[in-house]
This record gives sequence, C-alpha cells and structure tokens, in this order.
Amino acid sequence: MPSVAQASPFQSSLALRDRAFAGAIWLAAAVVAGAFLWLVVDILAHGATKLDWSFVTSDPRSSGRSGGIAPIIVSTVLIVVVAVVVAAPMGLATAVLLSEFTRQGGVFGHTVGLSLDVLAGVPSIVFGLFGNAFFSVWLGLGFSILSGGLTLACMILPLLIRTAESGLRTVPNDWRLGASALGLSRATALRVILIPAAAPALVAGIVLGVGRAMAETAALVFTSGYVDRMPSSLFDSGRSISIHIYDLTMNVAGGDANAYASALVLITLLILINGVAIALTDRVLYRKITLT
Amino acid sequence: MTTSDKPPEGGVEASCVPFTLTPLVAGPPCCVPETHIGIENLSLSYGGRPAFRAIDLTISRGCITALIGPSGCGKTSLLSALNRLTDLIPACKVEGRVTLDGEDIRGPGVDVQGLRRKVGMIFQRPNPFPLSIRRNLEMPLREHGIVHRADVDGRIQQSLADVGLWDEVKDRLDSAALSLSGGQQQRLCIARALALEPSVLLMDEPCSALDPLSSGTVEDLIQSLRGRYTVVIVTHNLAQARRISNYAAFFWVKDRAGTLVEFDQCKRIFGNPRHDLTAAYLNGTRG
Amino acid sequence: MASGLLALILIFLIRESWPLLSRIGPAAFFSGGGWHPTEGAYDLTPMLAASAGVSALAIVVAAPFGVASAIFCRFYAPPALARFYRWIIILLAGLPSVVLGLWGLTVLVPVILTIAPPGASLLAGGLVLSLMIVPTVALTTEAALSAVPASYWSGAAALGLSREATIIHVALPATRASIFAGIMLATARALGETMAVLMVSGNVVQLPTSLFDPVRTLTANIALEMAYATGDHRASLFISGLTLTLLVLGLAALARRSGGQVVHA
Repeated sequence: MPSVAQASPFQSSLALRDRAFAGAIWLAAAVVAGAFLWLVVDILAHGATKLDWSFVTSDPRSSGRSGGIAPIIVSTVLIVVVAVVVAAPMGLATAVLLSEFTRQGGVFGHTVGLSLDVLAGVPSIVFGLFGNAFFSVWLGLGFSILSGGLTLACMILPLLIRTAESGLRTVPNDWRLGASALGLSRATALRVILIPAAAPALVAGIVLGVGRAMAETAALVFTSGYVDRMPSSLFDSGRSISIHIYDLTMNVAGGDANAYASALVLITLLILINGVAIALTDRVLYRKITLT
Repeated sequence: MTTSDKPPEGGVEASCVPFTLTPLVAGPPCCVPETHIGIENLSLSYGGRPAFRAIDLTISRGCITALIGPSGCGKTSLLSALNRLTDLIPACKVEGRVTLDGEDIRGPGVDVQGLRRKVGMIFQRPNPFPLSIRRNLEMPLREHGIVHRADVDGRIQQSLADVGLWDEVKDRLDSAALSLSGGQQQRLCIARALALEPSVLLMDEPCSALDPLSSGTVEDLIQSLRGRYTVVIVTHNLAQARRISNYAAFFWVKDRAGTLVEFDQCKRIFGNPRHDLTAAYLNGTRG
Repeated sequence: MASGLLALILIFLIRESWPLLSRIGPAAFFSGGGWHPTEGAYDLTPMLAASAGVSALAIVVAAPFGVASAIFCRFYAPPALARFYRWIIILLAGLPSVVLGLWGLTVLVPVILTIAPPGASLLAGGLVLSLMIVPTVALTTEAALSAVPASYWSGAAALGLSREATIIHVALPATRASIFAGIMLATARALGETMAVLMVSGNVVQLPTSLFDPVRTLTANIALEMAYATGDHRASLFISGLTLTLLVLGLAALARRSGGQVVHA
C-alpha cells in the first residue's frame, strides 16, 4: 500500500492552503451567522419588552410613541388583501397563458418573459413613483389603501406569474395528453386537472407574494399615505406596519421602543407566512417525487 | 487485434502475448500471477440494501482483469470500493478487506488521496474538467506535489503520447478540453490518470458511451497498458472482455445481492466454464 | 398583460418627467451645480455617486461572504448545520429593509460614531446593504454549485484531489459565469434599495470624500422629497427614478448575458 510518503515541501504548503481555505470559509460563515444573530437578538431584546396583547389591539397615542398598532395592522391587512385579490387572478391567467398556450421560444412568450424579468428588477421606489403618478394622481385615488394595494399588486405580479407558471410546468405532460385522449376540452382540462394539481405551488406563490407585500415600504410611502387612524374604507389613507416602523424611527423622538415592538410583530408575521409557503412547496416537491 | 474463435495453441502463455501500441516498458510478464490487489470477503451496502456480498478475488499485477455479468450485480460498486470512492457516499457501508500490495487500504493512517493517485479510475462517461487540455493534466499533477515546469511538461507529453493524443492536440493544448470529441475526451481522461503514474487503473465500461470507432481506439489503448499497469475493467461487452482480458470474474445476483460465481483466466472461462450459469450467460441464454 | 404593465409604468414615468426633461435637457442633471431643486439646480451627481459608493461597498463586502456561505453550506457544514445556516440565509433575505434600517440606526451607527462622527455615513449604508444582499449572492452561488454535474465531483475525487483543490480548481471555474451573474443581480438590488440606506446614511447631499461622510442616495432622495415636491421639482424626482431604473436594468441585462449555464460536457 502506498505508505504515507514523506510530504514534499510543496505538498506541505498545499496542505496549509487547504487548511487556510477551510478556516476562511468557516470564519466567513460565522461572521454572517453572527451578524444575523446580533440583529435578531437585538430586535427580540428591545421589542419583547413592549410587546403584549394590548399593543396589538390598541390605538397609537402621541404619534405612536406609546399605545399600540391595531389600526396599523388593519391597514396593512387591507393593503395586502387588495394587492393579492387584484394580482392573483391576473397572475394565474398570465401563467396559464404562458405555460399552456404559448409556443416555447415564440415571440409572444419571449416578450412577456422579458417584461417579467424587467419588472422584477425595477426598484420598489420607482413602483412608488409610478403608483403615485398613476393611481393617486391620474386615477384620482389620492393617498389611500386602494392606491397602495394596487401599487403592490403591480410589484408582486411578476412573482405570482413566475411561481404559478413553474407550478403548472411541473404537472406531468402525460396528464395533459391523457386529458386530450379523453376528449376533454382545454378549458375543462385546466379547470379539473391542471390547476388543482398545481394548486399548492400557486398558493405558495400567493403566500410568498403576501410576504413580499408586507415587507414593502418604499412603494407605499406616497401611495397609501401616513395616517395612523383606523381606516373606514379602502379610500382612506392607511399606514402599513413597515411605514410605521420607519416613521417611528426617523421622525418621532423616543419612538424606538415601539418601533422595535412593531418590527417584532412584522417579523413574526413574516416568519409564519414564509413557514406556510415552505410547507406548501415541500408538499409540492414531495408529490413530484412520488409521481415519478 | 488478436481475435480468434478457437482457443490458441501453446497453452496459457500463448494467449497472453501482449499487443502493444507503444514500446513495452519493463514490467513483469502478464501471466505470472502475483497478487496486486486482494479482495477478502468484501460486502457493500447502500443504506442497508446490499450491493454485493462476500466477494473473494485476487487481482494479478500487470494483468487485465474483466468483471463481467448482468447489470445490478454490484460490479461498479466493487470498483468504487477499490479506490475508496465509496467514502464519498454517506449511506454506503463496506465490510471486509481490500489490500493493495498487502496493506489494507482502509487501515488507520492511510492517505486516501495518495491511494487514489496510485489507483486511478476511468468513468463510463468521459468527464474532463471545464478547463484547457493542459490544465486538465497539469492541475492534478500540481495538487500531488509535482511542480517543476520540466517535470510537468514531460509528464503531460508522455501521457498524451501513451494514449495516442499527442499528435492530435500538441498544437492546441490550451484549448478547451470539452471541445474534443467523445473518444478523445475519454483518452484525455485516461491520460490524466496515467500522468499521476498509478499502478492500478480501474475502468468502468470505458467504451460504452463512445461511438464504435473511438471505442476501438480506446480498446487498443487499454490493451497497450497490459504489463505496465494492473487494469480492472467492468464491461458488458463480452467480445471485448474476451479480446483484451487475462482474467475474468463473472458476477450474478443471488438473494438480491451481487455475488461472484466464477473467476479464472479468460481462456478457461470463455472456453470451458465450470458453472452452468457462466456458460448460460456467455452463450447469451441468460442475463 | 405583463408587458402592458411595463409599458404603462414607462409611459407614466416618462409623462411625469417629460416637462422638465424636455425643457432643460438631460445634461443638466449632471451639471455639477449641486442639488437645489427649489432654485432650479438639478445636478444628480452627488446622489449618483452616493448610490454607486454605497452599492460598491456593499457588493465588495457581500460577494466574498456570499460565495463563502454557499461553499460552506455545500461542502463544509454537517447536514444539520447546513440546514440551519440555509434557514438563516433565507430569513435574512426576507427581512424587511426597515427592520435592517432600524437595527442599523440604533446599533451600527453609534458604533461607527465612536470611530468618526457623525456615524450615519456611507460606511453604515454600505454595511447594512451588504447584509441585505449577502443572501442573494449566497443563494445564486449555491444554485450554481448544485448544477455542477456529479461526474466532476467523482472525477476529482478519483484523481485524489483534496476538497479544497476541487472547489478552487474545478467548481469555481465551472460556475464562474453564474456566480458573476448573481453578483450583478445583487448589485442591482443594492442600487434599488431605499429604506435601509435612507435610515443610516445621513442624508446630506454631497459628494462623498470618505467612508464616514453622510450621503444621500438617489433612492433616499426620491423618498424624502416626494412628499412635498411639486411641479418641476416633482418632475426632477421622476427623472432621477427613470435614471435609476435604467441603471438597474442595465446591470440586470449584464447579469443575464453573462450568466451562462454551468459548463459541462
């Protein structure tokens, strides 16, 4: 057997390089994990003290320094609901169009694909500018939950289309062929077979979109406004949690404590939402494996 | 190629006349059975499912040993056990002993990287790295401590010449290895292994992914390695096994795990197999 | 539908920008006269420089850490740790920028203050941004590494190459283009980021001369002034938005062009 040969000097330097490289990788990972944990611990520490049930259910007082965030949570929910209700059907329709009715590599598919990529890259503040110009000014909706929701709908549309499309694509082609062989019309096949099969992926996409919408700030700053009262209609201005955090941090002296608490609420909601999305996509993947 | 349907006269020695493309560098006559690799009661399983059980085999130095048998007998797994590539598979469990030159390859303090330098492996699908031809050959050399420009260039030239690629690529050593044809890529992979000056070459169906012409070239190359290297080759091509090997080991599936049925010199196995199963497989009536 | 939306967005952006743009021409936005919109000076240069500076710092920090994270997850971490670490990266990716801004302002800025006032600075902006875009680099790199065919790993192992040699000499060259594309995407994301940067960078419109200078990025500028801008001022903000979009899309296009498939036989 190759007895462990005497390492030549070069080989020792190679071994050194190997150890140094491995060490650097571990160190880098530790730094990233450390920064994240620093952040999380900080938020937990500052936020948990003020966080209790009354925080979530009462109104803000003295510009938010004290009191709770109940109306803000309501506004946030309304904005997100508007966004999803508007974006989901459009997203699904476009995805169906792309995956079922478009030729691969055709001009139409290519243009839409390109537009989606471009849309996904547009900075959120530019969406805010657009939302302001189009929804608030041109359509006359002013600073309102509707404005904000519609702007967010535009933002999450690419995400929804992409996840819906990939969900539809994972449906085995055999099922489509089987449906045709049975004489089912395209529309029926879609309704009865394909969409239910892709449903977990579609829902996961919606859930991801919800998460994205909730975390969004820049697009809402001048579309849904700043008002922190309980909204009475979709046309009222309303403040989302993220804007509330921003306002408390930057514009309200002594607002830090409540800002932290709000941040904790937001993060918790996001973790829950993302957890649901992951659970759903895992279920999709699992089904894919058992099918093949 | 020395193909013949009748067992050649002159006994065992005559069938082992080596056919080489390049001059034979000094090495033992191929048919003096000197154990190079010893496989003792070797079993392997993946996550509890056995691939093969209780294999006892000796690989003789300088000879070409063919592992034949239908798919699923664990022949490739056996090959992977010989250079401890099985270490990379988390669920894989190996029991028994493999010795190289008498030393247990899984003993304590064994340098696995050194082992894999001594025991090279060629895969079914050619897998040159996405680098230039020169880098493909040079990089492993450097990683094993061969640094001097002259040494490196010398080995590159020698190994490319050994596989018959030197004249074809000497003017474009810095072009991408992936731009070569399939057969050339496989020969490059063999050159890459040869450059490290191994004593054993493990080959897992090296010609099966190649077109017939390249396949023939690679087969000629393998024959030329006889005597200088110990070759263990897994092949489904019985005609090929018959043409090139000195020894053949016939595997079959028993109790849902691979098992060794018969192992002998190729002349005896192909001409006069002891087991009915072997005869049936070689005749094509089974497997 | 999607292209319609894109077209709509472009139309409205241009519509709002056009009055001012047509009157004073694009060159006025790089004139060097400083940003005094109420007096008719619309020089974007200090803010472009700030955006570029903050993003450059962010990617210079995030790229190595992101690639290292992916390599860590794929090659070095035991399975349980790798799962945990990937979870951390995904959470980091999902953190709202205001939360990062909050942390940056209350924790990071005071630390920088101890080195040099005022604390809220290019450095702070760059560091917070880098934390935001590390997941982008890490996840794209990991995807690229997973796409490397298994035959490379077996081939390298069979040649007796060490793990580090395989990573450095085989995996990284094979995925170079994809990693680069991921880095371009991350930079584009950094350029488009608003809230976190706004909260920690100091918001002084000036050309930065050191890491510790407070600056205002293009995005922060829009967010801050849009609330009260009217007429020409408002148009100038739309123009800066348009400029930003073009810049970001240019980078994304670069990413797409170079982000080739992993090279394999």
